[in-house]
Amino acid sequence: MGVNFGSFSKKEKEIPEEFKDLAKDFAEKGFITTSSENLINWARTGSLHWMTFGLACCAVEMMHTSMPRYDLERFGAAPRASPRQSDVMIVAGTLTNKMAPALRKVYDQMPEPRYVVSMGSCANGGGYYHYSYSVVRGCDKIVPVDIYIPGCPPSAEALLYGILQLQKKIRREGTLQR
Amino acid sequence: MAIDNLKKLEKLINSELSSKIQNSSIKNGELLIEINENNLIEVLQFLKSNEKCKFRQLIDIAGVDYPEEEKRFQLVYLLLSHERNERIKLSIKFQSDEIINSITKIFSSANWMEREVFDMYGIKFKNHPDLRRILTDYGFKGHPLRKDFPLTGFNEVRYSEKEKKVIYEPVKLEQNYRNFDFESPWEGTNYIKEIKNLKKDG
Repeated sequence: MGVNFGSFSKKEKEIPEEFKDLAKDFAEKGFITTSSENLINWARTGSLHWMTFGLACCAVEMMHTSMPRYDLERFGAAPRASPRQSDVMIVAGTLTNKMAPALRKVYDQMPEPRYVVSMGSCANGGGYYHYSYSVVRGCDKIVPVDIYIPGCPPSAEALLYGILQLQKKIRREGTLQR
Repeated sequence: MAIDNLKKLEKLINSELSSKIQNSSIKNGELLIEINENNLIEVLQFLKSNEKCKFRQLIDIAGVDYPEEEKRFQLVYLLLSHERNERIKLSIKFQSDEIINSITKIFSSANWMEREVFDMYGIKFKNHPDLRRILTDYGFKGHPLRKDFPLTGFNEVRYSEKEKKVIYEPVKLEQNYRNFDFESPWEGTNYIKEIKNLKKDG
């Protein structure tokens, strides 16, 4: 069980600062103790099931993020088609007036805790279609948004970064009650 | 070659339907036929069924709005003949209050196209099986492709925490639409010039 202290000190440089205490604990004792809240938060950040709400060209970039090149799944985030089994909704694309009630309905079907990532200029604030007669000027008029990702469309990398930021946010302020 | 065939086709249509054709022209290798809206059904029927035409596919129906003209609206029917490997354009012009014959009996694919034209221009069709809006929101006001339709429309949506549903409200913009047409880096945009001129006059 565990690694002996000698090899730990050799590898100490490679371990990121925030995990050093954890690694030391694990190396010395072979197990770690933590609060259940931390454990749940860790589990949450590590298994974000994102619900695809692809509305336009951003959806293609969202697909890239989950494909092998960037491979979102290595961060534990897997696509889930059903809102009832997902944690985070990625609004990827232009939200139109006609689509708005449907978006809200799907959001309401998601179980708590739920998060929303607004992807691209259109979802952030209407973007190119800001003055259009049929487009919602930002999806935050319909659902509360946690992370905004700029870009038109944002690159797959940008979305990945956004998801990592969301994980950070959950780690920082995530509690059982949201 | 193709032009010769098109000229032959133009001649044929003009001789067969002489009384119903208002004008015909070939421009950029495309044949355009202008007719009166009352003859639409007969002309289309002829173009579809005549042995030498066989325009059996309706590609699209396009609408145009000329607000300054008396005959405000124009509809252009684009047809394709696979047999002849040729295309033809059929155009009608009419006033805004006129009701046009639906061509769904001849081309059933015209159903949704006419719904779109109705949605965007408010042109009504007689004998259409299901003349509803097709693209715009339920309960949408106005017809967006008319020139007098304001760009931003009349209503916008927002989720109301009080009513627990998505509600409609009159449009309220944080910042008005501006046309960024920089003609000169010193003079700036047109709207700034207009304000300056107003001040000069006043």
